[in-house]
Amino acid sequence: MNLSSLNWNSLLPELVIVATSLIVLITAVVGKVSRVDRIARGHALAVVTLIGLLIAAGLTIMQLSQPASDFMGMVQSDALSHYLNLVILLAAALAVLLAWDYLGRFTYSFSEFYSLLLLAVAGMMFLGKSTELITLFVSLEILSISLYILTGFNRHQLASAEASLKYFLLGAFASGFIVYGAALLYGDTGSTWFSDIAANASGGFLTLAGFALLLVGFAFKIAAVPFHMWTPDAYQGAPTPVTAFMSVGTKAAALVALFRVLQSAVSAPYETWAWALAILSLLTMTVGNVAALRQTSIKRLLAYSSIAQAGYMLIGLVAGTVLGLQAMLFYLFAYAFMNIGAFACASLLESDDWSELQDASMANARGLFSRQPLLATALAIFMFSLAGIPPLAGFFGKLYLFDAAIDAGWLWLALVAVINSVISAYYYMRVVVVMFMEAPDESTRVRLPIPDSAILAIVIAVLGALLLGILAGPSFASLGQAVVAWRF
Amino acid sequence: MVLDYLPLLILFIIAAGFAAIAIILPTVLGPRNPNKMKQEPIESGMIPFMQAWRRFPVQYYMVAMLFIIFDIEVIFFYPWAVVLGKLKLFGLIEMAIFLGILLIGYFYVWRKGAFEWQ
Repeated sequence: MNLSSLNWNSLLPELVIVATSLIVLITAVVGKVSRVDRIARGHALAVVTLIGLLIAAGLTIMQLSQPASDFMGMVQSDALSHYLNLVILLAAALAVLLAWDYLGRFTYSFSEFYSLLLLAVAGMMFLGKSTELITLFVSLEILSISLYILTGFNRHQLASAEASLKYFLLGAFASGFIVYGAALLYGDTGSTWFSDIAANASGGFLTLAGFALLLVGFAFKIAAVPFHMWTPDAYQGAPTPVTAFMSVGTKAAALVALFRVLQSAVSAPYETWAWALAILSLLTMTVGNVAALRQTSIKRLLAYSSIAQAGYMLIGLVAGTVLGLQAMLFYLFAYAFMNIGAFACASLLESDDWSELQDASMANARGLFSRQPLLATALAIFMFSLAGIPPLAGFFGKLYLFDAAIDAGWLWLALVAVINSVISAYYYMRVVVVMFMEAPDESTRVRLPIPDSAILAIVIAVLGALLLGILAGPSFASLGQAVVAWRF
Repeated sequence: MVLDYLPLLILFIIAAGFAAIAIILPTVLGPRNPNKMKQEPIESGMIPFMQAWRRFPVQYYMVAMLFIIFDIEVIFFYPWAVVLGKLKLFGLIEMAIFLGILLIGYFYVWRKGAFEWQ
């Protein structure tokens, strides 16, 4: 083996991200910076981070049509991983824009923040590419450990620390499930490569138990019911840019990795797993939506809504067809725009008092339309999109998902999902009603002036949610062409 | 196939059964007349003189954590040294990259003052 025999090109975007992360980290301890210059340095680091993300995105786009499998088959870069990379990089870039102003209000550790964010991005990107159990586990840990720390980044605030600890304990537990599952599969087949596992699996108890444990671990990571207990607390306590990023990035990466495991490592007929996934999906969307109905905090409401959204996205896996995968990828893009946009708006409604829980309560948004009409409109667009109202991206995302489910013969699941969408409309609309139809009072709170970086993030998200909706047909079709290349 | 694991199951049953007997028998047969001396936690015959849940310097935590990180780093060298003859230049460069990344971490930790007790 030598250096040139490895196809470094297939990992180039990830390597750029890791390198950027190291550069950003090392600036924390190089040179002395006066207290005044710290914020300026934080902004410089954010720019470096954005440049790294842009380069990685550029490289990914250049490789879009070049599938490659390398490092002895440990990674597979194909249309699936490329599109996943784009979703993750988009989510990270929007999170950096949100953090631009937000971060400086409670910490000076900018290098650490951006470095960890980039490491989490790298972990997610590797996760989507891994076709081998150890690679999969290591990437999952890279992303999880970075996110545990990021969740507790506002360490002077109790809620943030609590969220971090809860997320860490339950996340470590979930990682344990994945290791056990991997160990059983290795015991069964004598290999950690997906292709070998598919070829040699005995199909007996060991195989079933191994895959079931892997499934449990992934369900934790994508916050599927009944493994969702950590989600509301972690999402509420974490700094809002982190919440926005991890609600999209972790789900996207874990869903794609789960898809890879199910499609390429499972030798059993897909129907065996489709039922487990269908029940998981049913529980996830129902519990998420019902629990969201009674929330009074916008951040917590969005946390439960993201659980429900994970349930919709699982439908793509249940279908297990090209159409299902295509719909899931489309939904991931739509979700990245609308969910991060919603969290961006929520971050502007938070209180400025850092001694209390950083939370955007529903009351803070009361009568927002008369105070900040543009912000209220933007948040309304995200809520409409999440609820699935045409012509926004969320509507078409759901349409494609449900269509894929019906196409694959899962009519009842599609019906349940439609009923769930109706339930979810209630709480999404409630936010809109509070903003537009109630009069502002002393509890109405918007952080003024609204920072330019947040405005930029919200504008990008609004454009994404609108354009992806209006151009749903062409963009869905172009996703399809790339996905069809994936072997089924 | 599954039958191969039968010894494991038997071992498990024996272990669980032994533990159960060790707990149940004394509660059934043993006389019970507690006094203050008997109620105290036992620590190798030492008389307890303070609360077990006492504070200790948090720096221990940092030192222990850093020790584990760099300890594992050293352990990686052993398998690497065994196969270096086969890997040749490739192995050397790979290890250099690995060490380079770790050194950045080391430099960070050092400049952050994690090695200082105060």
